[in-house]
Amino acid sequence: MESCPDLVAAEDVLLFVNAAITATGQREFRSGAAAQQLSLDFLHEYVRINYRPLYAASLALDINDHNAALIVRRLLETAGEATADGRRTEGRLIAARLARLPAPRVYRLFRALGAAGVNNRRTRAIIRDWVAARPDPALDAVKYRAGLKSAARHAHLPLHGPGEDVGELGDFLFAPRRRKQFDTPLLDAWRRAHYEQGALYELPFTVAEGFAAAHGIGRRAFLERIAPRMTRGERLRVQESARAHGAEVDRDLTGMPLTRLASYVLGLPLDDRVARRAELTGALRAAARRTAGARAGTWGRVAAVLDDSYSTTGSRQKRRRPLATALACHFLLEALGGEYLPLWTSGRKDALLARPYGPTPLGMRVLDALEYAPERLVIVSDGWDNAPPGLAGEVLRVWRTRLDPGGATSAVHLNPVYDAEDFTVRRLSPVVPTAGVRDAEDLPALVQLARFAEGRTGLAELRAHLDERVRQFLAEDGEPVRAEGAAG
Amino acid sequence: MSRLDLSGLRARPAQVWGAVRLVPLVRAEPITDLRLHRELYEDGPLTVRGERGTAYTAYVPHGFVANWTGDGSPAAAYGSQLSDERGPVVCAPLHLPRKLVQRRRGKEAGTGAGKGPGTGPGKGKAAGGPSGGLRFLPLHLALDGYLALHFGGPSIVWEEWTRRAVRDGLSPRAERAYRGEAIPGLDDALRVFEIHPGQCGVLVYVADALAAAFVVPHPDDYRALHPSLLQDLYGELMHQYALYGGPVPEFTARIAAEYITSLAELRSAAERRQQEWESQHAVLMAGELLDESYEVRQAYRMGRFRLSRFLPPFALHRTQHIGETITDGKGRVAYLKTFRLTDKQVRRGHVLHRLAAHDWHVGRTAEAMGITGPELVRRVTHLGFEGLLERPVERPAKGRG
Repeated sequence: MESCPDLVAAEDVLLFVNAAITATGQREFRSGAAAQQLSLDFLHEYVRINYRPLYAASLALDINDHNAALIVRRLLETAGEATADGRRTEGRLIAARLARLPAPRVYRLFRALGAAGVNNRRTRAIIRDWVAARPDPALDAVKYRAGLKSAARHAHLPLHGPGEDVGELGDFLFAPRRRKQFDTPLLDAWRRAHYEQGALYELPFTVAEGFAAAHGIGRRAFLERIAPRMTRGERLRVQESARAHGAEVDRDLTGMPLTRLASYVLGLPLDDRVARRAELTGALRAAARRTAGARAGTWGRVAAVLDDSYSTTGSRQKRRRPLATALACHFLLEALGGEYLPLWTSGRKDALLARPYGPTPLGMRVLDALEYAPERLVIVSDGWDNAPPGLAGEVLRVWRTRLDPGGATSAVHLNPVYDAEDFTVRRLSPVVPTAGVRDAEDLPALVQLARFAEGRTGLAELRAHLDERVRQFLAEDGEPVRAEGAAG
Repeated sequence: MSRLDLSGLRARPAQVWGAVRLVPLVRAEPITDLRLHRELYEDGPLTVRGERGTAYTAYVPHGFVANWTGDGSPAAAYGSQLSDERGPVVCAPLHLPRKLVQRRRGKEAGTGAGKGPGTGPGKGKAAGGPSGGLRFLPLHLALDGYLALHFGGPSIVWEEWTRRAVRDGLSPRAERAYRGEAIPGLDDALRVFEIHPGQCGVLVYVADALAAAFVVPHPDDYRALHPSLLQDLYGELMHQYALYGGPVPEFTARIAAEYITSLAELRSAAERRQQEWESQHAVLMAGELLDESYEVRQAYRMGRFRLSRFLPPFALHRTQHIGETITDGKGRVAYLKTFRLTDKQVRRGHVLHRLAAHDWHVGRTAEAMGITGPELVRRVTHLGFEGLLERPVERPAKGRG
């Protein structure tokens, strides 16, 4: 039996991990951005002060980029509070996490550190190492010019790679008029793009977009010529705008991350989804199979209750995010399970045509799922069970205590929405573990983590689990696990 | 006197947000031959010249347009019709009986108040087929019914009444109300509310007091008109309840675990919870609206539907609602909108009723109410009708000199 403080600690850490996976400080369906940020800030403060080693260790988990950046920032701001040993681990965790973060977010973090006046030796070393590890300094200088400039100024970066003309990058950032021309082709293209239209097509898409506007180039002509320079994410993002302008930007849905793809599909009008059914379904299935990997088909009989009620609209900042997560989970579970029964709360059968509509009768859907007698039951919902309220919790409680006390069916609730008032994701019932979810890709790991949330396992096991995750995380250091989404 | 017949509408589980509880009403079979949609008037206050040099000024945020067919074939749906008049609605002149509804018949009928409600519905209309529309201002009919209560004033010139009271009646008569946007939390409650499939109405509770009932004929109409609840009127009491009445609890389902031995039993227990809520809601929560008997006055006939307003009996110390409704041939409600009166408003209606019943004779009315004459005078003054009564002779004049 664990002691009480240990259980509380385990609960606090899980609370924080769930928050760090889901919360992005943006507006949600039921709460505003300010409430979300206030709540999240408190949670960060609380966990950092009380459980600093665990706070740092959560960088090794599948927390979202927003929270990863926040954790790094807070760790560096309060470096003095860490022990010498802890500081070493923290440094390695931070470096490993920064290597996996998208570049714009890291530059934003560096700028925030600069604004907060954090300029200790460790911070400078971390910035230096991260910038040195960037694959193409010239690309960063062009694409993230302001970011690199402020980072270089803040951390006194030398700004020249091995075998490069010393100072060219520095001149490019700080005194671009000092040179008549640059030796690096990309830097020179940027210089020429100021007066030569043709040169802007050698630049990255986001930079070229500004030049195109300055030169008054039509959107259609611009999109067609810049298409080869776009990243995969950009190509997906401009699809609809390109079609409206009649421009041809070929899309490549293969290789897109599953949840990103689900978001794209949900952004399409229903008629388009019907017309492109084979293509979209094929891409989603392929992404799900790729994510499932070796685990495909090993989960046995699976039932899923998926929320497509009106609240999955999300907010203006997170459009249809909860629904996209549910849709991605649907395809992933289809790949993972041997037999699979999806149950949408609206009663709709066709997953591809999912749209946010109607109330959330979770209780009846859970009953439908239990009648299927699955080995695993996965519920993806924001936890606002309202038709009638609380029925899902009651059904799960009675079922667990009276009908399946042995746990023949393992049930888990995944919640994509952070509840600012409760400081965690909303639970359905104490008998079913709840975990936050952002990307469906993390589903297997989350199901593993969720068993800690049942309250039976204590801090020691949780600590062991975290240590193991940290070890794995640092072992694969340097090789980003996820596809590089630098531009997306 | 009759009751509201909400048969065909079933209550679904409530959704709670802060102090606001919204109970959806779902229709199994939508009414297709009567449709409502909304017109927005963005010109601000509008003034209409009436007859005999009177003018009628109103701020009208939105109006409803009812379309119906004579033979029961589906009426045009919201959004799919072409409207030729987008100008401001033409209002009624300020004398009784007022014309609060307006046939949409093009420009020649659009200006005056020539065609009263009694003109008859079938005139100039082909049998069957779409029969044009009827514009009316939501809640206007109901409030007007309340404001016009014994509007004419004393019918016999007793000495207690001033000359103005006898000449002008209760004019001007005013009541205060709050717009839905001013009710704290109502906007968020309506925004996060998840509309049920087939939903044709909603009951709005603020701090568990019924603030408004809203019913439309068709689910599509409801989806279009759901945000209009924010532009409706609510009494001052509702504003205070929302401001000071904290969050109301959710009625969460409870299932007794000890009697459940199979999934089938669990399912039937869950279904029973659903039915229990429905019956309990009708008795415990909506009782004050549904059990009351109302004095219904028909304002307009359109095909098999009747637009009418209703007034409660103005019994003291009981929550009461005024409202307007469209009912079909069997008296079932197709459209309903209500306004909850505050206690003071109920008392006003009560006193006016009693006075009228006794020919505005103060002494006889007071006797019937079991109070003294001066006490009745005090009450009438207190209720905001001080301009009607002569200053009592025995009371010394103050501030003269």
